[in-house]
Amino acid sequence: MSGPGKTAVTGIGQTAYTKESGRTVMSLCAEASAKAIADSGLERGQIDGLISFTMDTNSDMDLQASLGLPMVRFTAKAPFGGEGAYATFQLAAAAIESGQANNVLIFRAFNERSEARFGQPNYGPQGAPRDLHRSLGLVTPGQVYAMWHKPFLDARGLTNEDLGHLVVQMRAWAANNPAAWFYGRPITLEDHQRSRWIVDPVLRLYDFCQETDGGVAFIVSRLDTARALSQNGGSPLVRVLGVQQAWPLGESMMYNYYKSNLVFPEDTVHVANALWEQTGLSPAEIDVSTIYDNFSSSIPISYEGYGLCKPGEVRDAILAGEFGPGGSTPVNTNGGLIGEAYLHGLNNAAECVRQMRGTSPNQIEGAKVALCAGRQCGMVLARE
Amino acid sequence: MQAKRDQDFFWEGIDRGVLLAQKCDGCGQLRHPPQPGCAKCGSDQWSETVLSGEGTILAFIESVHPTRRDEESRCVCLVELPEGLRMISSLLDPENAGNGAAVKFEIAEHNGQLLPLVRTVGESQ
Repeated sequence: MSGPGKTAVTGIGQTAYTKESGRTVMSLCAEASAKAIADSGLERGQIDGLISFTMDTNSDMDLQASLGLPMVRFTAKAPFGGEGAYATFQLAAAAIESGQANNVLIFRAFNERSEARFGQPNYGPQGAPRDLHRSLGLVTPGQVYAMWHKPFLDARGLTNEDLGHLVVQMRAWAANNPAAWFYGRPITLEDHQRSRWIVDPVLRLYDFCQETDGGVAFIVSRLDTARALSQNGGSPLVRVLGVQQAWPLGESMMYNYYKSNLVFPEDTVHVANALWEQTGLSPAEIDVSTIYDNFSSSIPISYEGYGLCKPGEVRDAILAGEFGPGGSTPVNTNGGLIGEAYLHGLNNAAECVRQMRGTSPNQIEGAKVALCAGRQCGMVLARE
Repeated sequence: MQAKRDQDFFWEGIDRGVLLAQKCDGCGQLRHPPQPGCAKCGSDQWSETVLSGEGTILAFIESVHPTRRDEESRCVCLVELPEGLRMISSLLDPENAGNGAAVKFEIAEHNGQLLPLVRTVGESQ
C-alpha cells in the first residue's frame, strides 16, 4: 500500500441541476469544468489531464477545445458509472503522483432526464434475442438492484418502512440545500409510505434517486500546488488522503446475483479496509460521509460495509436518526442522489469537498475528515 | 452472420426443453451465467450439462413494466439450484411466492418467448 495520497482537490464546479436543461451535454460539461478551473485559481494552461468514467459520453478533445486547454498529456476512464465514480480520483492520483500530469480535470455531465433516461425499461432492440435477466422481468435499474438488495435487507430485518425513515433523513438535508431538487421540500414517513410502489416490496417512488440534467467537475492537483493556492487566498486545502477501488471476483456491478455470500458486501469491505490501511484512520474518525444512493436500499449496505456501524446494527442506526441532521454519523448532507441530484455519484464527492472547506449548506461543525463512499470505490478527504 | 453469444447454448437448450449450464472440461466446475472461461481454473474448454430443474427461492420482487402499465406484473425471483448455481426466473404461481419456497423449472411461453420459468412445489399448493 502506497501510504496517504499526495494530491488535493483544488477546484469544484457544477451546473444547475434540472430536469430539462435544454442544452447540449457538452455545454453542461464545459460549464461545470470552467467553473472548477476558476474555483481552483489555476490558469487553463495548467490543466493537463482529463478523466471521467466509461459511461460518460463527452469527448475529451471536444472538452479540451471548448475550454481552450493548450496541451493535454494524460487521459483515462474509470470503469462504468456511479459506483466506480470515485475511482476517477484514484486515476488522477496515479497520474499526478507518477509525474504524468500536474492538474487533472475530472468531469461528468449528461441530460439523464430529458434525453436517455436510465430509469426507462431496457428491452433491447426490437427482436433482440432472449436474455438471462431482461427476458425474465428485470428491465429497469430499480428492479435489477432491488433483486440483490433484498437478501441483505431481509438479513438485517429492514423493511421499506425502515428505508422510509432513512429517506426522511436524506430529504431533511436536501430541504436545506438550495442546489437540491428537493430544496424546501422535506417529507414525513407518512409521505414516504404513501408514495407509490415502484418495486414492491423493496422500493417506493421516494426511494429512487433523481434523474437529472447537469454537470459536475473537479480539479485535482499536486499537494504543493494545492498548498500554494490555499496560502495565496484560495480555498482551504482539501487533501485526497486515500482513494481505492476493489473488484473482487464474483461481484458484479449490476446483476450481482452470483456472488458467494449475498449478504456480505465483499467489494465495499475491501475498499474500506484498503482506505483505513492507506490513511491510518478508522471509521470512528470520519466526521461526515456521503454514500452512493442510487436507491435508498444501497445506503445501509455501504454504511455497514464501511464499518460505520457493526454488522447487524444498521437498522438501529436508521431508526435512531444517526444519518440525518443531529445524527452521530451524518450521511449525504447535500441530500444525496435521492434528494439533491443524480450526477452519477460525483455530486456527492462535491459535497465532501464543501464539507472539508466549511462551505456546505448543511455544514458539520469542525468536520476535518470526510468519507466519500461508493460500492467498489471510495475516498477519504481531509482538511489540512 | 450474427456472432454467437456465450449464452446462446442455454437458449438452444430451452428450445429443446432442457435447462443447461456450462461444465468446465478442465476442473469440472459448473458455471452460470455463461462465460467463455472458467473462473476457477481458467480453461476455455467446456461442455453442456443438464440441470435437475429444482430450486429454492432466495428473494422475489414484483416487476411492473414502467411504461406498459396494462401488461400484467411479473414476480421475478432469484433461485438457488441444488447444483450450487443461482438463476433469475419468474414465478408462474406468484400467489405462492415466499423465501425458501421449493420450486421446479417449467419451460413455458411468456409474451411469445420460451423461457425458464418456475412454479412452487409442495405444501403451499
